[in-house]
Amino acid sequence: MTVQRRGAAIDIKGLRKEYASARGHVLALDGIDLSIAAGEFVCIVGPSGCGKSTLLRILAGLDHQTTGTIAVQAEGWAVQNAMVFQDSGLFPWMSVEANVGFGLMTRGVPSDAAAKRVDAALKLVGLTKFRRHFPHQLSGGMRQRSAIARAFVTDPAMLLMDEPFAALDAQNRVILQAELVRLWEETRKTVIYITHSIEEALLLGDRCVVMTAQPGRIKQIVDVPFAHPRDLIALSAAPEFGKLKLDIWRVLEDEVMRARAEIEA
Amino acid sequence: MSGVSGKTRDRMLYLISPIGLLLLWELLLLAGIGDRRFVPAPSDIAARYWQLVTNGELAFHTGVTLLRVFAGYFIGVIPAIALGLLMAMFASVRIAIDPLIAALFPIPKIALMPLLLLAFGFGDASKIALVAIAVFFPVIVNTYVGAANIEKIYWDVARNYGASQTVLFTRIVFFGALPTIFAGLRIALAVSFIVLVAAEFVATKSGLGYLIWNSWELLEVTTMFCGIVTIGVLGLITSAAFQELERKVIPWKQSE
Repeated sequence: MTVQRRGAAIDIKGLRKEYASARGHVLALDGIDLSIAAGEFVCIVGPSGCGKSTLLRILAGLDHQTTGTIAVQAEGWAVQNAMVFQDSGLFPWMSVEANVGFGLMTRGVPSDAAAKRVDAALKLVGLTKFRRHFPHQLSGGMRQRSAIARAFVTDPAMLLMDEPFAALDAQNRVILQAELVRLWEETRKTVIYITHSIEEALLLGDRCVVMTAQPGRIKQIVDVPFAHPRDLIALSAAPEFGKLKLDIWRVLEDEVMRARAEIEA
Repeated sequence: MSGVSGKTRDRMLYLISPIGLLLLWELLLLAGIGDRRFVPAPSDIAARYWQLVTNGELAFHTGVTLLRVFAGYFIGVIPAIALGLLMAMFASVRIAIDPLIAALFPIPKIALMPLLLLAFGFGDASKIALVAIAVFFPVIVNTYVGAANIEKIYWDVARNYGASQTVLFTRIVFFGALPTIFAGLRIALAVSFIVLVAAEFVATKSGLGYLIWNSWELLEVTTMFCGIVTIGVLGLITSAAFQELERKVIPWKQSE
């Protein structure tokens, strides 16, 4: 399958983020240089508190960098980005379809056109039957599906995902990972995916960015050589996969230990 | 009572205490303990109640009181909700309104009655104004607290998905605060009956408060009890209706 249209190209240069907290001055991100190609799936792994979520929030426009630049090329895309949060962030007072259509309503998409797009998005994630349910009536996996549909329906140039499957049980996570990869293979949106799981990063991404413990810097960028379309289950059992996972773990290990030592100190 | 389920037993217990109390009351008077002129028996009150129902007097006073309560309630509650939401959205609004609330909330609202009589006269308007002022404060405070404590993720989602101020106001802040707003509305309902009945004690010739106070002046203790019972029943009915409304309006709150 050839995809005509690819997502945003992103060029991050010299990004630095400092903020004042109760414990004093914190340097969250430092010297981040990262170029992401149009339609690329990039995973960012790092120890807790390495500023990876802050980086995503800056890309989402929810936070601002102290210094540095982000250049986004997204010509022809009406919506630049859409974020999928760790705890779905579905509005509990809206039905599934109202939640999914939220980003269309806010942008004034006419209601009949919006309804068609919501229908398609619900079908894509298999939630058509649950469209009139409220979030509290859904399982965790269904809530995350709804959140993904809410992001996809706006047709964003980049998809920003902050550990979206971290709170799910193992079976649900595998299913949703496979669905996400399929959706990405079909649409080739640029995806920036934050995770603390090396395995997840290798299953999903084209490249894996390993970050250091606080302050967050890029320690290493690893190309993920596995071809698409991917069969995630078979891939996770392949010997090359295990080897790469171990290599990245060696890189990450020092950082995790350093982060732990700092917390315990 | 092995054949009765726990639930049925609970329900029976629920009825036994008030019925038992009424029976005891009646029996003590029959036994000659207490003065029936000052403490009428439940059967006397029931007979008088029926009289007041059939001659239309009770319906008239109840109607007047309900009209004043509901008019004042809506006039007070609507701006309180709107301002409470604006306070949560804009720091400048909050800073401007905070000192007013801090200064005015602790004043017992019934203390304003003479002032309101001066401004609105002896008709319904002064009582409606009093109810409106009394309900305004618990509702604005609850609305603000509810809106200010909406989880941060909902603001993030709204901003990331391009919500305008109008959408934030009508779709996020309002609904996010709704459970807390309802708690405020419930307090306001109780408050509105309290201040209104007190206000009707003076400066009017109608309403349940008037009925009670007038009966005291004429020493018609039985009628006094009828007024008190009616207020109790109204409180019970409105509070039950309110609970039902809350279940309908906040369906997502039930399973949390």
